Amino acid sequence: MEPFRSHTGVGVPLRRSYVDTDQIIPAVYLKRVSRTGFEDGLFAAWRSDPGFVLNLEPFRGGSVLVAGPDFGTGSSREHAVWALSDYGFRVVISSRFADIFRGNAGKQGLLAAQCDQADVELLWKLLENEPGTEVAVDLTTKTVRAKGLTVSFAVDDYTRWRLLEGLDDIALTLRHSDFIDTFEGSRPNWLPTTTVVQ
Amino acid sequence: MATQPRTLAEKVWDAHVVRRGSGDEPDLLYIDLHLVHEVTSPQAFDGLRLAGRPVRRPDLTIATEDHNVPTTDIDQPIADLVSRTQVDTLRRNCAEFGVRLHPMGDAEQGIVHVVGPQLGLTQPGMTVVCGDSHTSTHGAFGALAFGIGTSEVEHVLATQTLPLRPFRTLAVTIDGELGTDVTAKDVILAVIARLGTGGAQGYVIEYRGSAIDAMSMEARMTVCNMSIEAGARAGMIAPDDTTFAYLASRPHAPSGAEWDAAVAYWRTLRTDDGAGFDRELVLEADSVGPFVTWGTNPGQGLPLTGSVPDPAAIADESERTAAERALSYMDLTPGTPLREVAVDTVFLGSCTNGRIEDLRAAAEVLRGRTVAGSVRMLVVPGSMRVRAQAESEGLHEVFLNAGAEWRQAGCSMCLGMNPDQLAPGERSASTSNRNFEGRQGKGGRTHLVSPLVAAATAVRGRLSSPDDLDEES
Repeated sequence: MEPFRSHTGVGVPLRRSYVDTDQIIPAVYLKRVSRTGFEDGLFAAWRSDPGFVLNLEPFRGGSVLVAGPDFGTGSSREHAVWALSDYGFRVVISSRFADIFRGNAGKQGLLAAQCDQADVELLWKLLENEPGTEVAVDLTTKTVRAKGLTVSFAVDDYTRWRLLEGLDDIALTLRHSDFIDTFEGSRPNWLPTTTVVQ
Repeated sequence: MATQPRTLAEKVWDAHVVRRGSGDEPDLLYIDLHLVHEVTSPQAFDGLRLAGRPVRRPDLTIATEDHNVPTTDIDQPIADLVSRTQVDTLRRNCAEFGVRLHPMGDAEQGIVHVVGPQLGLTQPGMTVVCGDSHTSTHGAFGALAFGIGTSEVEHVLATQTLPLRPFRTLAVTIDGELGTDVTAKDVILAVIARLGTGGAQGYVIEYRGSAIDAMSMEARMTVCNMSIEAGARAGMIAPDDTTFAYLASRPHAPSGAEWDAAVAYWRTLRTDDGAGFDRELVLEADSVGPFVTWGTNPGQGLPLTGSVPDPAAIADESERTAAERALSYMDLTPGTPLREVAVDTVFLGSCTNGRIEDLRAAAEVLRGRTVAGSVRMLVVPGSMRVRAQAESEGLHEVFLNAGAEWRQAGCSMCLGMNPDQLAPGERSASTSNRNFEGRQGKGGRTHLVSPLVAAATAVRGRLSSPDDLDEES
């Protein structure tokens, strides 16, 4: 995973709450077996509307998404994170994220930055009044800056550390494989295995 | 040493800690059962291959084909080439990494959350994960079961563990007796309407109370299944004699002395007296009636006796905007009685309501009746075993005689990944779990309902409960 320290890019105001992962990427795009190329599925239904924010010129190349509360609800599909990343987003700002989405984002180097809803409203107004405004997101100081506006965001310290260092979860866990071996030795015998029962 | 009183969720958590995290570091938890399907696993297996890692415990892993599979002509290759590639990829991955797979056409194939419990692989006190948010289903057995993303699928395949941060706990207590024609589905839809789609974010829900105690295992699975629709990571119910009786004859349940040892342990899996929950919600069972959704998230639901709400009456701006968008997408007018909403399609199935009791309940309503001429009804068993059981009871004849379609097992019309989809503008009454925009097919409009409401709606052509049929007959 690439380390993430800070990112500056065009902010995209998405004035919608409950953006579920079926909206972020519809199921029909989930049939692929590759890890890349999901950008065409991002917000596929909404993008068929020419007035949708990502179809408007200053926002088309945006990389900081500013969304309403309850972003990423529903299906566990990590494809939602891949679609955002493949499109070019590095940061999603919302006042509330669904748990699975937040976890998936942290594992893929997409920053899910949690701001107060009042700050999200300020960012929306700024980005709508001055389309194309660049937003600077600094993970070391946990702040978002845009024009004269500075707001802080929350991200849990462990995810922040992993993002800053670009660390891979599996490698981190395998450092503790002796603990896993010990635990496995203590599991009760009655626990099932999937070995076919004749 | 006296231990602090603990909740069920905390007990299961504590029993699986491989290594406690220090400071901000999450705990590392052992995973007892990993369920795999074709959609969220290909990139995970690819990751293993790239890193040269094996599957650590193929004997704790099981795969089935469900999301992409067609529910007709299953002896033919899958017509959609992209779907076929995904299913073929799962077959290759399972063969290469030594994972047990139940492919399309196999007697044990079905929706992953129907297959695990019916094989007896899901047991009390276990940790169960799957790259699917409806993994919460397995919590009905007192297991800690939750959905994970593909990176986590790879992590579990490689290490049989997951780094996790403790969840908060939420008690949902439902006391009293459910009324006639009121099902587990109505209960959970009412709970979600109370909590809101994000209301249980960060929580593990424990469902308790006399109404839950009285439920069958299949009903409990329906309740736990939809925990995620309130934002919860998991839903759990303490195991009891109902649980043990369900497990006793299952292929992977323990036997002999091991059964006795297991039951002795399982009986300890209850929330201790005096253990505190971070939050509580109480619902009286007799206040719940047949429940349907009117909007585009599962929290937007009302009793069937209600009318389409007026967004203008909603104080919260974000809720109001969401309701306006939902009504526009759903093409509904405020004030319309829900019973007058006509549907084109009825879908009975899914990991929420595709089990034998669901089929029996719907068949009972349909026996001697006919699906309205304007309606197509799909009946899709959750697994091939459920299908076989239904056929041995003659339920398929009830469905076919009523004019419904009797299909093979799979996720089917719950989500638009296989040929069973709504056309744009088409409206459904669906026993599945999500009414998101486009979930059942681009432009499709979904009303979530119980199997009883689904069957009655199929007959009347409008959202209905079995009561409405009696009045008209």
